[in-house]
Amino acid sequence: MIPTLRRTLRTPQGIAVGIGLLVVALVAVFGELVFGDAATVRTIGERQAPASLAHPFGTDDLGRDLLARVLVATRLSVLLTLGATAMSVAGGVLLGVVAAVLPRTPRRLVAAFIDMLLSFPWLLLALFFSVIWGATATGAMLAVGFAGVPVFARLVNTLAASVASADYVHAARMVGSSPLRTAARHVLPNIVPPLVVNTATHASVTLLSFAALSFLGLGVQAPEYDWGRLLNEGSQRIYLAPMAAIGPGIAIVLTGVVFALLGELLSERRSGGRAGRAQRPAAAPPRQDPPSLDAVVDVAALRIAFRGPGGELVERVHGVDLHVGEGEVVGIVGESGSGKSVTAMAIAGLLGPDALVTSERVAFRGIDMTRAVGAADRRTLGLEQAMIFQDPQSSLNPALSVGLQLREVSETHARTPRRVAARRAVEMLRLVRIPEPERRLRGLPHELSGGMRQRVMIAMGLMGRPRLIVADEPTTALDVTVQRQVLRALRDAQRSTGAAILLISHDIALVSGFCDRVVVMRHGVVVEELDARRLHEARHPYTRGLIACVPDLTTDRSRPLPVLDTADEPALLEETRA
Amino acid sequence: MTVTLGSLHRASPRAAFVLRRLARAGATIAVVLVATFFLVQLVPGDPVRAALGPTAPPETVEALRTQLGLDLPIGEQLTRYLGGLVTGDLGVSVTSQRPVTAILAERLPTTLLLAVASFLLAAVGAFPIGVATAVSTYGGRRRPLDLAVSGVLGVLVAVPNFLLAVLLIAVFSVGMGALPPAGWSGPANAVLPVVALAVGPLAYLARIVHVEMLRVLAAPYLTTARSKRLPPRLLYVRHALPNIVTASLTAGGVVLTGLVAGTVLVETVFVIPGIGTAIVSSIVTRDYPLVQGLVLVYAALVLAANLLIDLALAVLDPRSAIAEG
Amino acid sequence: MSALEFRGVRVTYGHGRSAQLAVDGVDLTVRSGTTHGLVGESGSGKSTLARVAVGLAAARSGTVTLDGADITGRSAAARAARRRVQMVFQDPLAALDPRMPVGLSVAEGLLATGQRLSRTDREARVHALLDRVHVDPRRAGELPATFSGGQRQRITIARALAADPAVLIADEITSALDVSVQGVVLNLLRELRQDLSLTMLFISHNLAVVRYVSDEVTVMRAGRVVEHGPTEDVLAAPDDDYTQELLRSVPIMGQPLDLEDA
Repeated sequence: MIPTLRRTLRTPQGIAVGIGLLVVALVAVFGELVFGDAATVRTIGERQAPASLAHPFGTDDLGRDLLARVLVATRLSVLLTLGATAMSVAGGVLLGVVAAVLPRTPRRLVAAFIDMLLSFPWLLLALFFSVIWGATATGAMLAVGFAGVPVFARLVNTLAASVASADYVHAARMVGSSPLRTAARHVLPNIVPPLVVNTATHASVTLLSFAALSFLGLGVQAPEYDWGRLLNEGSQRIYLAPMAAIGPGIAIVLTGVVFALLGELLSERRSGGRAGRAQRPAAAPPRQDPPSLDAVVDVAALRIAFRGPGGELVERVHGVDLHVGEGEVVGIVGESGSGKSVTAMAIAGLLGPDALVTSERVAFRGIDMTRAVGAADRRTLGLEQAMIFQDPQSSLNPALSVGLQLREVSETHARTPRRVAARRAVEMLRLVRIPEPERRLRGLPHELSGGMRQRVMIAMGLMGRPRLIVADEPTTALDVTVQRQVLRALRDAQRSTGAAILLISHDIALVSGFCDRVVVMRHGVVVEELDARRLHEARHPYTRGLIACVPDLTTDRSRPLPVLDTADEPALLEETRA
Repeated sequence: MTVTLGSLHRASPRAAFVLRRLARAGATIAVVLVATFFLVQLVPGDPVRAALGPTAPPETVEALRTQLGLDLPIGEQLTRYLGGLVTGDLGVSVTSQRPVTAILAERLPTTLLLAVASFLLAAVGAFPIGVATAVSTYGGRRRPLDLAVSGVLGVLVAVPNFLLAVLLIAVFSVGMGALPPAGWSGPANAVLPVVALAVGPLAYLARIVHVEMLRVLAAPYLTTARSKRLPPRLLYVRHALPNIVTASLTAGGVVLTGLVAGTVLVETVFVIPGIGTAIVSSIVTRDYPLVQGLVLVYAALVLAANLLIDLALAVLDPRSAIAEG
Repeated sequence: MSALEFRGVRVTYGHGRSAQLAVDGVDLTVRSGTTHGLVGESGSGKSTLARVAVGLAAARSGTVTLDGADITGRSAAARAARRRVQMVFQDPLAALDPRMPVGLSVAEGLLATGQRLSRTDREARVHALLDRVHVDPRRAGELPATFSGGQRQRITIARALAADPAVLIADEITSALDVSVQGVVLNLLRELRQDLSLTMLFISHNLAVVRYVSDEVTVMRAGRVVEHGPTEDVLAAPDDDYTQELLRSVPIMGQPLDLEDA
């Protein structure tokens, strides 16, 4: 924890924020001592002077130096900001905690009340409160502080609710941890860090709010002054001396930015670094042997790398060769981190710009997938390649009707008239055994079950003239009985079109039962390729281990399961996935 | 209630959503009415004395007390207050001795014009910026552009509108003499206030649209759409845009209510005779009837803005995601 | 002698007319010293049943007893008795406090025993428990994020064991794990069962995994029990259509899938 903080502080942003905070603190503490005289001495001869070298911000109507006054005002402005922020946080935490521990009905009422307060902008709340406490510095502090309470109440409430529903809190409850102990040991440690981040950000907002109230004449009153008041006085003379208004404005914005950046810095530390974009290779490596023309998929020496959290390149696929013939059903099996899914995405040309692909060849029916494809090839790909993804909940567009999503491939690429495409869509839904296809076309995806959505995805792939269907863990999120229906649809699709299938799965039994050929991947390398009916002839120890370590309905229950030797593995691979 | 709402929910989630939001607005109005009524009572010490200052003669204090009805029992005060509301009588301003409703009728259109014009400017400007920057920087592309855009938007969100207003006056009125710095006598007067009000919300909205667009561009259904090799127009307009509607509208609601409040500051800078300048002066002079009337109007504006957004959500939300909340 | 008994348990979600029945009158007995498998697909109510046993969900009617003592309800006696039933969750990352060293998480389990242990005793116990689940005890001070998925799941098992449970409920504990890691966790359960004569309710959607660890099995569908009995009997000759369908759906290594009637 501490080392990461130190590392964060060494980044350019960290250094900038550190210096900014230091300057604000120093000026707040020593400003009055150093500039107090300049800020109060009245020089009658230099009343309302415009900006000059002697007075960078000019002087006010009593001839006092405005830069000195801005610097001296730092203390009051910052103190009032901190006071109001502290009130918002304390009040919000109190209300939020109360809202979290109350029984159901009052809890809902308090939450509804917080929501109601939140629907009003802070300025209205602050104005309301300043009617009560009057136009004074303390009144404004109370007003701004109270106006910020609902923000933190909501934050604490949301954070506490999400922690309270976490399994580790359930586990604590099961062992009889008292609510007080659970709150102290689990809830607090997990909500304090985000709270700190938000406090820093909120301090920036509070500073501006304060300036606003003082600017309106509802905050600090003469003879005291903060930045808002200086801005107010300056803006009345803006024709003569613009710096008189801009000077305090600069102080407000700079300090506000320091607080806001502090919040951003803290939150970035929590969420880790940013991912960068991988550079495309300068030139494609020379092709060594001509691509085979009868292959649907022809991949040679495929390497895929991604930018790691520290900006370094992490290679996830280390030189894979893969060949899928016309109408062939091939399965890629592997555990998490094996690179099976990214390989499939590379074949489909769908890796994002953050992936760095180098290869001798990645071709789909002679089309080079490693570079931007032309219009004609786009059409071919649109009609001939179909994809099915793991998560049925999100692979169909939730905002568009099922019918539109089915039709658009043929409408776009084959210029099929809408009515013809709709008729074909009904046929295809029927092929994958979706009941009442006409009605389903009009509906939205969320009206379908997970298994039906995957079958719609299959039907969608059949709208063109598919030569390859890539199915990436298509049944992992589904129940076994539903899995069968989806696999049946996939097989029917394959038989009716003669398309090749590339099935990606972690389940070797499933792949061996569905495919002609099995490709076993591990850590970005193909370890073995086998005929699906000859699994028992597997030679590679990993393949053999993978086959043996999964219990099936005939496994001997009296003996322990064979364990894959994982001693030589870097635990990192699993970490990056989690 | 639960049962009927529950069955309505199944029959028509949108109608249930609108009903729920209407009920919430009703409850909010009730709370606001109670709060504005007690506003005067909550002032520490003697509110009338606080208004007139320590030097005012006792007769004046008692006269004002009688005029405000603060000498009556609290129950009767409340009945009078609510009765007045129903008949459209919000009392008489202490400082100007004019009916509060007359002052409101005179000043409200100005403020509304400012708020609506700035909202339109912000909304119209934010969408293209947010969408274009998201599309061109998606997936870590054009990193410098991404950083520049987020930096500029971040600064614009952070600069408060009253500061921006002062800057605009310094540059365009004092420096270039191009636009009037204050007053309210013609369309040219509205330019700087509207810009000052709109820039922050525009940057905020653009940022939301940008982030939402990036989220949608990374969603699996967009990968599905890409796998169909759809042209960019279909990819972005047909597949991506409908999915940012809900979040953008919700953010639009925050912006609209924020604009309603933001007029207070901008009107003060530009000396515009709207309800914003009125509420500031009435708070300073402790003109209770006028403050109460203005607080009610502001609350009503905020509620109306929220309801407007809710209705838009009910109509535009593509898949009744709203049904959840 | 019987350990954990569910009698006529009904659980509903929501209220009024929109209420949904999650568990509809389930009877189930986990006999002492045995492992009872509970199989079902999503929405079958199997996890809800487990949550009722540990007090994370409330039954609308019916009882859950441990050696005859009621463990539902809010009474102090029920709470104390309930602590003797511990559950291991599906996702070990969510089940461990990300900011708490794993040793402390395991020590938390000791709370359930009600014993007041000295610091050294407690550390010794944690050491022994981590060792028991084959996690290096010297790493007790590290945060969950530094462990692999399989190690995390073993740590949550150690925490449950620390509570000295009469019954251990394992709710889909290998579903979030890779198959090679799944084998390690299943073997650990075997070991624990033999060494500690643990009583266990093992919940999973995976029939083959349930078969491998369970002595008896119950099949649930849509909140009801459709079949139960000794594992070998039920899986060799299922009476119920749904159990038969489930069995048919399990892919078998090296055998072409039979998809004709899907």
